[in-house]
Amino acid sequence: VMMMVVNADLRRERAAATFPPELLTHILDGGAERTRRRKEIEALVFNDPDFQHEDLNFLSRSQRYEQAIRKSSLMVMKLREYGIADPEEIYWFKSFVHRGRPEPLDLHLGMFLPTLLTQATPEQQDRFFMPAWNLEIIGTYAQTEMGHGTHLRGLETTATYDPATQEFILNSPTVTSIKWWPGGLGKTSNHAIVLAQLYTQGQCKGLHAFIVPIRQLGTHEPLPGITVGDIGPKFGYDEMDNGYLKMDNFRIPRENMLMKYAQVEPDGTYVKPLSDKLTYGTMVFIRSLIVGDSARSLSRACTIAIRYSAVRHQSELKSGEPEPQILDYQTQQYKLFPLLAAAYAFHFVGAYIKDTYRRISGDISEGDLSELPELHALTAGLKAFTSWTANAGIEECRMACGGHGYSRCSGIPDIYVTFTPSCTYEGENTVMMLQTARFLVKSYNQVSSGQRVTGMVSYLNDLSRQRIQPQHVAARTVTVRINDPVSLVEAYKARAARLVEAAAKNLQAELNHRKSKEDAWNRTSVDLVRASEAHCHYVIVKLFTAKLSEISNAAVRAVMTELCLLYALYGINKNTGDFLQAGILTDAQITQVNQHVKELLAIIRPNAVALVDSFDFHDVHLGSVLGRYDGNVYENMFEWAKKSPLNKTEVHESFHKHLKPMQAKL
Amino acid sequence: SVNPDLASERQTASFSVEKLTTLLDGGVEHTRIRRAVVEAIEGDPIFSRENQYFQSQNERYEAAVRKAVHLQKKMHEMGWTENGPEFKYIYRALSGDIAFLLHRIFMRCISVLGSDKQIAKWVPLASQYQLIGSYAQTELGHGTYLQGLETTAVFDIATQEFILNTPKISAMKWWPGDMGRSATHTVVFAQLCIHGKCYGVHPFIVQIRSLQDHSLCPGITAGDIGPKMNFEHTDNGYLLLQNVRIPRENMLNKFCEVQPDGTYVRRGSQQINYFTMTTVRITLISDEVIIPLMKACTIAIRYSVVRRQSKLKPGEQEAKILDYQTQQEKLLPQLAAAYAFHFIKDYLQELLDKGHREIQRKNFDTLPELHAFSSGFKAVVTQYCTSAVEICLRACGGHGYSLLSGLPSLYTKILASCIYEGENTILLLQTARFLMKCFMAASTGQPVPPSVTYLAAGKPGKCPAKNKLDFLSPDIYTEAYQHVAIRLVSSTAAKLQDLIQSGLKKHDAWNQCTVQLVQAAKAHCHYITVKNFAETVEKLETKAGIQKIMKHLCDLFALHGMFSNAGVFLHDGYISGAQMDMVTASYLDLLAVIRKDAVPLVDAFDFTDKSLNSALGSYDGQVYQRLYEWAQKSPTNKQISPAYERYLKPLLHNTRSKM
Repeated sequence: VMMMVVNADLRRERAAATFPPELLTHILDGGAERTRRRKEIEALVFNDPDFQHEDLNFLSRSQRYEQAIRKSSLMVMKLREYGIADPEEIYWFKSFVHRGRPEPLDLHLGMFLPTLLTQATPEQQDRFFMPAWNLEIIGTYAQTEMGHGTHLRGLETTATYDPATQEFILNSPTVTSIKWWPGGLGKTSNHAIVLAQLYTQGQCKGLHAFIVPIRQLGTHEPLPGITVGDIGPKFGYDEMDNGYLKMDNFRIPRENMLMKYAQVEPDGTYVKPLSDKLTYGTMVFIRSLIVGDSARSLSRACTIAIRYSAVRHQSELKSGEPEPQILDYQTQQYKLFPLLAAAYAFHFVGAYIKDTYRRISGDISEGDLSELPELHALTAGLKAFTSWTANAGIEECRMACGGHGYSRCSGIPDIYVTFTPSCTYEGENTVMMLQTARFLVKSYNQVSSGQRVTGMVSYLNDLSRQRIQPQHVAARTVTVRINDPVSLVEAYKARAARLVEAAAKNLQAELNHRKSKEDAWNRTSVDLVRASEAHCHYVIVKLFTAKLSEISNAAVRAVMTELCLLYALYGINKNTGDFLQAGILTDAQITQVNQHVKELLAIIRPNAVALVDSFDFHDVHLGSVLGRYDGNVYENMFEWAKKSPLNKTEVHESFHKHLKPMQAKL
Repeated sequence: SVNPDLASERQTASFSVEKLTTLLDGGVEHTRIRRAVVEAIEGDPIFSRENQYFQSQNERYEAAVRKAVHLQKKMHEMGWTENGPEFKYIYRALSGDIAFLLHRIFMRCISVLGSDKQIAKWVPLASQYQLIGSYAQTELGHGTYLQGLETTAVFDIATQEFILNTPKISAMKWWPGDMGRSATHTVVFAQLCIHGKCYGVHPFIVQIRSLQDHSLCPGITAGDIGPKMNFEHTDNGYLLLQNVRIPRENMLNKFCEVQPDGTYVRRGSQQINYFTMTTVRITLISDEVIIPLMKACTIAIRYSVVRRQSKLKPGEQEAKILDYQTQQEKLLPQLAAAYAFHFIKDYLQELLDKGHREIQRKNFDTLPELHAFSSGFKAVVTQYCTSAVEICLRACGGHGYSLLSGLPSLYTKILASCIYEGENTILLLQTARFLMKCFMAASTGQPVPPSVTYLAAGKPGKCPAKNKLDFLSPDIYTEAYQHVAIRLVSSTAAKLQDLIQSGLKKHDAWNQCTVQLVQAAKAHCHYITVKNFAETVEKLETKAGIQKIMKHLCDLFALHGMFSNAGVFLHDGYISGAQMDMVTASYLDLLAVIRKDAVPLVDAFDFTDKSLNSALGSYDGQVYQRLYEWAQKSPTNKQISPAYERYLKPLLHNTRSKM
């Protein structure tokens, strides 16, 4: 085995760090034991020759799909062989096998099986669960249609009950009703849980879920009445066969409707479900995963950009001296360090939602749903806030790597195209922000009518006390100490209060113009989104600040405090208008904030590499030549490029086909 | 037939779409020529981009070479020449999807840097395609900072040759287009050494592949650098030189020469090089940046009136997504920016033409200004348009993510423009350096170029607006932008002075101010863009409703900038909190006004369906039908995929025993 020689710059960076990175890793993982176990699983996957393959960048889409399917089937077997059953451990295993990319069995494992467990009757579980568990049945979850995504009520697929044969007749009545996007549908699945408008006894009963066989067991050919295929190339998700599904008078037995809650009796009588609040829970859970994903994707991009910036030397700061590391330029620090701080902030937010969800879902089974609406509203906004920030941040990181960031060998293009759809799926971000806004306005109105509100919106209670004073809400706010995170939380709180109040008042003004409710809402929606953003921003600063006191190691706490301050101050620096307009900060304070941001950049600089090392991404998982742990960037770029498909032969066939004949003719 | 939702948008246009198209083209005759070129190109199946989204890197490259070869024939057939009025429209009609663009740079480089003798030798060979050229400047380790290049060219008096070498891995040439597979020759930029003394970076013509069988020449290692975010059709390459000898005559020697005895002679002014760089940056703004943004706006806006989602009023049909204020707020400012930057391009072109005339009279005085402007605007426009295209992409939700929407490839292509021809942050700092100099000069009463005289006019004051309608007055908002630009330039200059006076070395002080310097440079460019837009609108003819709608767009562009950067306007109280609320109100009102003309405004860009190559954006709005049809053409829909036989089948049939 060759000794890995670490690039001298990175060695120096690591030696200069003021804290032990592994302690921070433990915090991110949730304890030293979790770190140990994660690394154990990591080794299990990365040392397994079955999971090794050519660099995916050089494969066609079809080949990438094939590799993914190969690995997925092995993965399912090995998970069971190793007895890995904890959801988080399964998540790690899967993420290592597929290197953070989606895979064709995602919907089968993540939606089809769980939906059977939660929504199928015992009889249906007997019929479908074990075959699905054993992968004789591979299923997907077909909800989104060509014409409708986030707005579920608009779905057009129909399931009409025929009491004569006791069957449902499924139809895609329009082009727009064709199921479009479900993962694993295009090529992999032989079953789908289809969401359709249920019609029985001549009435529409709304959306319900049906188990629909789509391909012949044995031959895998589409069944008669089913048109199914792949939706073609996308920005990313090359491994995933996102598919389309068109149904023409396709009949399934009555027993294939998922009937644990709502039911259709043999004669067509419809029996209503008891409660529909339960579906909230799943949505909260999935959105909390996206917040975690925002953190991880941004962390990966930061790891690559910061390590590369420590290895890359360019230009001169002082004439006659050697070229400095590009990480020494203030502009480069200003691009990257706030993103690094955001990545940490989002990690803590993701952990918070997960914990709160766990706590509340305990309550759900005991019937206490009182906290669910707030958590639901909050996660909608945080999903949007963090995914927007991460989306833009990943691109910033790529740009900060200059030309080489543009090469697929940097790994950042792949992180971006894999991550960016999360701004759309599981609830389009703008729609999510408006959901949060609806909750905020409701809370504001409660306060206005004299009630008290609790939880993260309790700052709205203060507004009623301030109303007796003639000035603007925040005009009397206490002095903000820009060196103190706790004081900055107050500043963010005041900003959120002001923007929620402004949006609520504008909405009321529109209503007073006798506009319809919907019209008024639409005409205020830009304000409402701003209010939600301010609220989410406040929650994040608050949670980050709260996390600091939980960190026992003084050196780690010190560097986390610097990052937390940077996160909060940079947010002010980017949203100066809000703080000035509300009178929360003065011109002079804003100047100080801007100055302090720059000071913090210099303070964080010596720990930058250690701070990304703490994310602890394995090189294989990171998938980046620029972000390698050993920093040997240029040699490995050359090695990588030699494998390019265009380099298969020294003289490309185009020479004989086109160039030579042209030269002969001219 | 046209989707009725799209057709109805066109019936209510407040202006003549054809008149606006003509305005954008710069006259009826230009529109006619452009359309003729587009028709000729798109009517030729060899130039088709129909299956582009399904092709591999190898197939894209081959198609690009085939098109480049065919274009020679086509030009001859059509009677188009390089200097003819048609030429600039060819690239647009091809959507840039063609090989040998660097071959053209190779020729231009020789024409600018070569002696008459060298030009006479190489340019005819190149224009006859007896050789294919490339331009090898960037290395693995160095991009924008040219002095740092590490390739060496050592003069050997004995043989009268230069010996070229890649002394270390970071010195390998990396990125040059057409070099990975196609080029037979390239201009290599290398550090010239004579008698152990280094004379800096110079250009050398080096043959890299055989003219007979295209195999690599001795001492040359070259190949393709591998897959990128886009430019699959271009064979960006690497080049490693090991003791490659070239004759003394192969150093491009218009400005400097190595004589047979090794004497180094410099002659003439190299300033003309700056002018070339400036020209390239300005051309790039129009071809690579504004057009893609216009296309993205066309796709996203047309799709947004076809897509219906959720209801605005209970009981009614679902609403067009463009009727949602949040969707308008995403897209319409980008549309306004496309127009704003179209007009700034005209402004820069004029500046450039004027500069060119001066240079021909041997007057180089305009160069610093030209250089600063082209740098700053290259950075600001590429950055703004790149994020604008990304906004358009994400505004199309899930379907925007499909390659068939056309948006991902527009995005991945435009974003490269933020890096090539000068990394944006570095360019903005160059502009800032110019502004600092001018500010110092202006404040001591020295003359400065007319475009920056405003820097001397700074005076404290307050915005006079009294109600939200006042903010629809160009004087009011232009003044506000000017005020901010002056404040940011002057406060940064003061900060820089303070730091130096407090004992900091100049370069340290500079680095500590770079974040502010970048902000100041952007504010300057933003101000000029707003001012130029307002002045352009004023000069427009009032007929056919053009001036009115352009005025709305100008207002929107200006107010959007104030709304999104409220802090800098509020900072010293120039705009009060109450006034900022008026800005917001006026801004949001404008969205609803421009909404009505959104489709005609993108129709005026006059892109054919073939040039948009988008399932979401075509003129007839048959979005879903087209998406479905195109998806079926995907190679992944060959009835049975190999993955089924190899992996799925065993999985579905035999796994039970293993579990």
